[in-house]
Amino acid sequence: MQWSREWRSLVTFIGVFIVCYYLPVEALQPMLWSCSPLWEALYLVRWYAQEHVLLCLIPAFLIAGAVSVFISQASVMKYLGPKANKFLAYAVASVSGTVLAVCSCTILPLFAGIYRMGAGLGPASAFLYAGPAINILAIVLTATVLGPQMGIARAVGAVVFSIVIGLLMHLFFRKEELAKVAAAAALPEPEVARPLWKVAIYFASMVGILVFANWGKPQQMEGVWSVIWMNKWLITGGFAALLGQCLVWWFCVKGSAIYGVAIPVLFLTFLFPDQPQMAFVVGVFGLCLVLTTRKDNDELQEWFDNSWDFAKKILPLLFYGVLIAGLLLGRPGHEGLIPSGWIVSLVGGNGLSANLMASVLGAFMYFATLTEVPILQGLIGAGMGKGPALALLLAGPALSLPNMLVIRSVMGTKKTVVFVSLVVVMATLSGLIYGMF
Amino acid sequence: MKTIQILGTGCKKCADLATNVKQAAADLGLVVQIEKITDINQIITFGCMTTPALAVDGQLLSQGKVLKAVQIAELIKK
Repeated sequence: MQWSREWRSLVTFIGVFIVCYYLPVEALQPMLWSCSPLWEALYLVRWYAQEHVLLCLIPAFLIAGAVSVFISQASVMKYLGPKANKFLAYAVASVSGTVLAVCSCTILPLFAGIYRMGAGLGPASAFLYAGPAINILAIVLTATVLGPQMGIARAVGAVVFSIVIGLLMHLFFRKEELAKVAAAAALPEPEVARPLWKVAIYFASMVGILVFANWGKPQQMEGVWSVIWMNKWLITGGFAALLGQCLVWWFCVKGSAIYGVAIPVLFLTFLFPDQPQMAFVVGVFGLCLVLTTRKDNDELQEWFDNSWDFAKKILPLLFYGVLIAGLLLGRPGHEGLIPSGWIVSLVGGNGLSANLMASVLGAFMYFATLTEVPILQGLIGAGMGKGPALALLLAGPALSLPNMLVIRSVMGTKKTVVFVSLVVVMATLSGLIYGMF
Repeated sequence: MKTIQILGTGCKKCADLATNVKQAAADLGLVVQIEKITDINQIITFGCMTTPALAVDGQLLSQGKVLKAVQIAELIKK
């Protein structure tokens, strides 16, 4: 990455972040005008900055960057090619969004490719439905902001219903044999990769850091969960050590570089045991330094570049998303511009109409990457039921009016209408089922 | 004169690739025509599955990667 081009964005990000983190909203509020939804927006932004950026989003960006560099897309695509085993194709299409869809702009070309040159309509529809919902950033943010239950329901719902939708699409249109494009898909060539178990351990160490650093305080102070909670920084540190070890073993990073990061981190941990974020920030910063200063190692450079790209693309969107959600809907328990009564009457409870309403809204509305999360948080705070919330999460990112138009140009009006209706029906159903628990 | 096609629906990666292509052509002193292809159906006819992709005179040479200027120079030299 070229620092001469990027340093402005980096400085802006850090500056905006620090301002948001320490924003003295309580002190400002009585000095200016005391009651306005504007303050809700600022409270919400500060809450995100304090709770979600450091421990959750930054590691998630690094993981997303690593996914796009170290997991070969080509090795996944071969299961979705024209000669792929049909059964396997559905399974792979429904889960491969985690790996293939890290960038939302790649979903539609992949969908078109799978449909026209690859495994066909069924797997392509399954991929289109599940892809945006199960990308790693979306799941992480959903789980930490809206609770692990919702995160898991979202992932499981997306995977299961994508297979159902794919199969139904295939059944409805099985007579219309598609004239495949003459040029067979030139599948990207798999690059020489390291053995799978190495990649697995390396990813496990990063996911471990992410999961345990964000481990929530359990409601009762007994049992396994609370033991984990009390030792969460110890466990996180263990995973961090594992990550450092992986870098030394398989990515030719010098041991001294890792010690150079680990020693200040340990030092800070013992110096400020109440402020684990500090050690965490230094650790992440050190890691980034290690990645960017290895000029001879393209992989590591690329890892950082990709993570930075995600951060640069997503953080501003999320910032405005949170501001707007706070302005319109307020924090949970407070009111924004839109009266809570409206929201309760539209999507409150778990009725059929609430779920259907949420699905239809989700299907047509456009959500910029990840902004569905703060918007939904606002809606839930204002009285939306959890069933309709899931319905919106499932229908939302997969579809929007602009991308329906692209889908229509790829597979025609009839199939698009059927697909959109299926998505709405399935999202409504899953909302109803989830709402019952 | 060669025509270099950049395939992608118009996100930042494709723009980066286009910049690098211009850089590579300038480094080699080649006069090339750069064509951006953003329509999905057209992208598919190249046999391309992952964007951003690079094609020279209709021949797909790389996909799914933002190549650096040096790498592009290798590809378009021939």
